[in-house]
Amino acid sequence: MPVDVEARVIRNTRLSSDYNVIALAAPEIAGAVEPGQFVMVKPGRGTDPLLRRPFSVFEVLRREGRVEGLTLLSKRIGAVTGLLFDVVEGDVVSCLGPLGRPFNLVDPPAEAWMVAGGVGLAPFATLAESLVARGTKTTLFYGARSGAELFYLDWFESRGIRLVLSTEDGSRGERGRVTVPLERELRRAGSADLESADIKVFACGPEPMLEAVSQLAAKYGKRSEVSVERVMGCGMGGCYSCVIPVRDAGGGHHYVRSCISGPVFAGADLAWD
Amino acid sequence: MSDLSVQIGPLTLANPLMAASGCFGYGVEYAGAVDLSTLGAVVSKGLFLKPREGHPPERIVETPSGMLNAIGLQGIGVHRYIAEKLPELRERRATNVINICGSTLDEYVELARILSDADGVHALELNISCPNIKEGGITFGCSLNGTFDVVSAVRKVTHLPVIPKLTPNVTDVASFARASEEAGADAVSLVNTFLAMAIDVETRRPKLSNVVGGLSGPAIRPIAVRMVYECQRAVKIPVIGMGGIASARDVLEFLIAGATAVQIGTANFVDPFIWSKVLNGIRDYLQRHDVARVADLVGTIDTSSREKQWTSS
Repeated sequence: MPVDVEARVIRNTRLSSDYNVIALAAPEIAGAVEPGQFVMVKPGRGTDPLLRRPFSVFEVLRREGRVEGLTLLSKRIGAVTGLLFDVVEGDVVSCLGPLGRPFNLVDPPAEAWMVAGGVGLAPFATLAESLVARGTKTTLFYGARSGAELFYLDWFESRGIRLVLSTEDGSRGERGRVTVPLERELRRAGSADLESADIKVFACGPEPMLEAVSQLAAKYGKRSEVSVERVMGCGMGGCYSCVIPVRDAGGGHHYVRSCISGPVFAGADLAWD
Repeated sequence: MSDLSVQIGPLTLANPLMAASGCFGYGVEYAGAVDLSTLGAVVSKGLFLKPREGHPPERIVETPSGMLNAIGLQGIGVHRYIAEKLPELRERRATNVINICGSTLDEYVELARILSDADGVHALELNISCPNIKEGGITFGCSLNGTFDVVSAVRKVTHLPVIPKLTPNVTDVASFARASEEAGADAVSLVNTFLAMAIDVETRRPKLSNVVGGLSGPAIRPIAVRMVYECQRAVKIPVIGMGGIASARDVLEFLIAGATAVQIGTANFVDPFIWSKVLNGIRDYLQRHDVARVADLVGTIDTSSREKQWTSS
């Protein structure tokens, strides 16, 4: 059951002119959240902006062994992310959660390959921690527009995550889309010995990227799970705005609410249209 | 302790707060956040005879202090509702008002018949006001004869309280309340959303896939209050008010304007725990103003010094 926390801003760390990480004192949510789940967030109390916005929980903050709060990775795009870019320590942000279905983790000897595009990095810090705790070998394929928009690389490396980077302008890692190195490595894994070939792909980012990753995973016989982001009104299944088409047995598709049936879906279940 | 109960025709609600149709799923989605038996009523998402897919996304867009929606009445249909949702709602002792939608008069009648035989249904709200689907009830809701005909036809086949939900997208909403009363309605509920649109000026495209949608939220509240006020002057049956209610103060405004009960919709999206907060605020008000029963507040607006300025019919 979700709870609503009037969470105090512990700190707001600006990563660039658009990206920031907001630390919120919401231990009730942080202590319960599973990787891939999200919170519905509203800065301030007024009616404009009116609705909450969905955010993956980025990190769970711990201090002296106790859960202190959580962080959100935000990219300034609209009114709410603009307000969140400007919050200062001591401000209050309403935080409702945890919500949605989490990722299904994998255990060794299976490997986990996480594929992040831009702000789609958000669900992978908590996922990486859970995977590392199980001893699952984990790789992060991480693409962004430029090297200046690749964040938390030390954070992932220090936890033993292998990084494969790509940027659209070639300023860091490989030039081009993240799916290029992903496909190359999938192909290589497919031709390697069977022992190392059990790989599950996790992806979050723009929907065209999620579609491409799902199709690549299917092409090379790998399972995939993707975390989608749709325009969401309530996060609780009440409004039916965040629907996404999933495949029927009969070859058609039907809409399900991404807030309660997702945001994590098996890549093979979604009807990319 | 104040008496919060209100009377909608033959139906007694524990308190005046109802969850508005389309804003509370089928009710069961919120059972983890709120004890459904503590609500005055749960109004179901609009039900057709058959399941419906609804419109493609984008289905909502935020506007100043409000939102547009064009969901298109995605739904599981009445038979699956009875089989899959109603048992849990009964178990949780919810008061269930079922919102029904039809493309034809016969479909409303058929839905009313089916639901009259179902265990755990307490009233029917007739959706004759959804602005987002061409083939739906709005054709009834925008015509006085159509409203009269659909309410009379449903009235004939059910013992349940019948509550037509009125659209504000008409010139004189009070005349639709009168037509409903003459046709045998037990109450009317209003307002459904205001037909509206929003455009992305960069792409010059409508922000909703359906191009137009229904405006709800605090932005519409003053218009809704005015319409409730007009309707309660026009009819003797109870008026159920809604439109942008987000606090106890807002509920009280509707009650004083003449609503016997209210529905909360969009505000539940923002705060699913709103219900107990609003009820506590109403209790505080009743105590502060020494009012024993919330029903005693209904229609107590004092226009004695301002009546002259009221020029509408």
